[in-house]
Amino acid sequence: MATKAIQSVNAFVVKFANVNGSGSASANELFAKAILRMGVPVSPRNIFPSNIQGLPTWYEVRVSESGWLGRRGGVDLMVAMNPQTWDQDVKEVDPGGYLFYDNTKALPKAKFREDINVVGLPLTEIVNQAYTDARQRQLFKNIIYVGALSALLDVDPLVIAELIGEQYKGKEALLKPNLNALQLGRTYALEHLKCPLGIRVRPLKGEANRVGDKIFIEGNAAAALGCVYGGATVCAWYPITPSSSLAEAFQKYCSKLRMDKETGRNKFAIIQGEDELASVGIAVGAGWNGARAFTATSGPGISLMQEFIGLAYFAEIPLVIIDVQRGGPSTGMPTRTQQSDVIKCAYASHGDTKHVLLFPEDPYECFEMAAQCLDLAERLQTPVFLMTDLDIGMNQRLTKPLVWDDSRRYDRGKVMTAEMLDAGKEFGRYLDVDGDGIPFRTYPGTHPSKGGYFTRGTSKNAYAAYSEAGPDYKYNMQRLLKKFETAKTLVPKPVLNASKEPARFGAIYYGSTSPAMAEALDALARQGIYVNALRIRSFPFQDEIFDFVASHSKVFVVEQNRDAQLKTLLVNDAGINPASLISVLHYDGTPITARYITEEITQVVAALNVRPLVKKDKAA
Amino acid sequence: MTYLAKPKLHHPTLPKNKVGFTRRDYEGKVSTLCAGCGHDSISAALIQAFWELDILPHRVAKLSGIGCSSKTPDYFLGNSHGFNTVHGRMPSVLTGANLANRDLIYLGVSGDGDSASIGLGQFAHVMRRGVNMTYILENNGVYGLTKGQFSATADKGSKAKRGQVNAEEPVDTVSLALIMGATFVARSFSGDKQQLIPLVKAAIAHTGAAFIDVISPCVAFNNHPGSTKSYDYVREHNEAVNRLDFWPNREAINVEYNEGDIISVPQHDGSVINLRKTHPDYDPTDRVKALEYVAHHAAKGEVVTGLLYLSADSEDLHAHLNTVEMPFNKLSEKELCPGAGVLEKINAALR
Repeated sequence: MATKAIQSVNAFVVKFANVNGSGSASANELFAKAILRMGVPVSPRNIFPSNIQGLPTWYEVRVSESGWLGRRGGVDLMVAMNPQTWDQDVKEVDPGGYLFYDNTKALPKAKFREDINVVGLPLTEIVNQAYTDARQRQLFKNIIYVGALSALLDVDPLVIAELIGEQYKGKEALLKPNLNALQLGRTYALEHLKCPLGIRVRPLKGEANRVGDKIFIEGNAAAALGCVYGGATVCAWYPITPSSSLAEAFQKYCSKLRMDKETGRNKFAIIQGEDELASVGIAVGAGWNGARAFTATSGPGISLMQEFIGLAYFAEIPLVIIDVQRGGPSTGMPTRTQQSDVIKCAYASHGDTKHVLLFPEDPYECFEMAAQCLDLAERLQTPVFLMTDLDIGMNQRLTKPLVWDDSRRYDRGKVMTAEMLDAGKEFGRYLDVDGDGIPFRTYPGTHPSKGGYFTRGTSKNAYAAYSEAGPDYKYNMQRLLKKFETAKTLVPKPVLNASKEPARFGAIYYGSTSPAMAEALDALARQGIYVNALRIRSFPFQDEIFDFVASHSKVFVVEQNRDAQLKTLLVNDAGINPASLISVLHYDGTPITARYITEEITQVVAALNVRPLVKKDKAA
Repeated sequence: MTYLAKPKLHHPTLPKNKVGFTRRDYEGKVSTLCAGCGHDSISAALIQAFWELDILPHRVAKLSGIGCSSKTPDYFLGNSHGFNTVHGRMPSVLTGANLANRDLIYLGVSGDGDSASIGLGQFAHVMRRGVNMTYILENNGVYGLTKGQFSATADKGSKAKRGQVNAEEPVDTVSLALIMGATFVARSFSGDKQQLIPLVKAAIAHTGAAFIDVISPCVAFNNHPGSTKSYDYVREHNEAVNRLDFWPNREAINVEYNEGDIISVPQHDGSVINLRKTHPDYDPTDRVKALEYVAHHAAKGEVVTGLLYLSADSEDLHAHLNTVEMPFNKLSEKELCPGAGVLEKINAALR
């Protein structure tokens, strides 16, 4: 080998190339979890097709003792199990990296590369000898390669066995064959291959454990739990990738946590609508009637919901929409990730509209912000969007443990009760009584003679009576703007990630870009490029964002879409000078990588002919 | 001119119902529909029905879509909450509202454009879900607010005011409601209060999806010779299969019937619906035969009215979903939030 083999402990990327529907997903997850149990942070990502069986699928596992959970870029070990994508997979390995494959059948030399290390194992031969049933051969093949990898990468086989034990608790018939398959692969590798490779896992125990009390959860499940904790009782949804698992997780958690123990009856209702229009309509109806309701969807669903979003905005009805973004436009890339619904959600529906958006960075914030959205929607009486994406939603992520404070009370907003009406409090459904643009509402059925009103999508006066009079219309439109100003004081503030050294550059980012960005900032600093970074967590934008841009000569805006949508919002809504913003855009459908951000920013800095403050020849 | 309030001063001798309200208390704002519009007769029938049933007006939630018919909830039950939603999507909003508070009475008001064209999907699905509601479709075969285009319920061969003949097959909402599993399906005529008021009362008492298609002529655009939704046409071709009497809470029945002419169907709330047969061969408890009967008579140009189908053992969406008795909008953190201790356990299982 001309190129030196990569040597790295607890810092590498393994990519599994599989065929969809072959049962590889659970074996790959087992591999990732085993490393986690050894105290070493990992972040796995599914890169999968819009297909149930037969098409290529990949599972990329980032192993990082430093705790970088974003995609790094590049591959150190390719587990090439899919002949369809062989050429592409081999090409992707970093020079000096490793290629693990099934060498039962010899492949021509031209199919390999000179600058990588090839590790062959006769997988098919082993399974064919050990098993006769075709499905067993398929499933155990996956476990056998996990066994081999445990030897090649020094992954503790006892930890894997422990995980298999947990998985098949109560199904002992399945436990033993899985353990046997694991041992089969491991033994073969130990006897026939040089173990371990230059890349390997070293357990981090006690103080050194970098996983600690962190949990491993998908963003969709965390958001669903947030809806349970936040008091949502009505969920209406229509199946769409990548949001379906959110509603399904809500169902799962509700059936455990929301059943009345005495009666066995449900304190929740979940409706699978006939389409997204019905789903959002159900949520609007429930919100109008005083229940906490949400719908979960993705880009195409948001497009279909536009009319209702405008109604909820103008009639001022609490509504939570969770948008698990995917690649658009149109059907786009249903199983790939993007942040390309930002503008559409910010200004959803016809006429002059603006909506509150929250951008979670990980499952922890999916939980926290989902609950917060339910409060905000009732406080502001308006649609509130939780802008997550496939990368966060459908991948298990190592994240802080979820937290709930039992003294926390739901903010039900301004609701006028029968007692308040009887006490003579004036009720005008669209009357700004407190100067914050937020009027009082009544729940239907509150009082026999007071507080009733007619809700409509047409213009009306402050007392909800139909009116086409210009001043009445303008009163409400201006009040809605005031309400949007009030929203600024309630939505999560941006988080500053300040550089250790004085920085003339700033970077703005949001959502799932967060972990890759953190790593990129570290890599840039090591090159002497210091960047202050501000993570935006919501729209409308607060003054902090404006001040941040003003205090830097140039600000990079890093996003996962083609059209620089957040940058457009910054210019359009916060009035920020576009000349001070430089876009870093990643939109091929895969999650943005640390290397990509680092390279893009480095190039721009070089092109701007700015001499780094400290010069070092250290690669990222 | 919906912003014009009616005088609040009422004649002191107006009769009050058992909950202390006069009929005027069930009225709303002055209608802005055309003089003679069938929809106003339906509003009057609704006012009468709710008053007679002694229902507290504010315990009714009125929901509608878009169109002339959907404007009418502003013209009755003025102290009730109403919601004029978006075109064709009232059923979903009503479904959500019903989930949030099962204790209110839900009235959906829609039109033929709203329910049979743009909202056909939501119309069908709200029926199959069995949402507990009274769904009134004010059916005139024409788009009134946009001045006279055919709607999807216009009969094939029916003539528009400007002479155009409809070449498309009609959507029969009654047949569709039957197919989709509505448990109370009726058709009536806005010009026949004697038939309509008991039907509305029975629909309100019914648990589950109750649907009444009311032929309601449009005096401005669809009341001319050649139209099959005109007052004259419906009067001439009305084939009532039964007359309905509605007794709330099993009160003594003081009407003499000939034996064999009556079908009694008790309802969940204890009330009884008695049907006087006007067509001896019609059985309103047989869904499949009801479909056949309606289709057979429609082919002859006849409008079959009356209570066409009634299921005695109907259930509603809340029963399907096994929800708690307490309305969702009254549940607080105490009932809804599993708490920090449970979250600790969830965290532990995710390591």
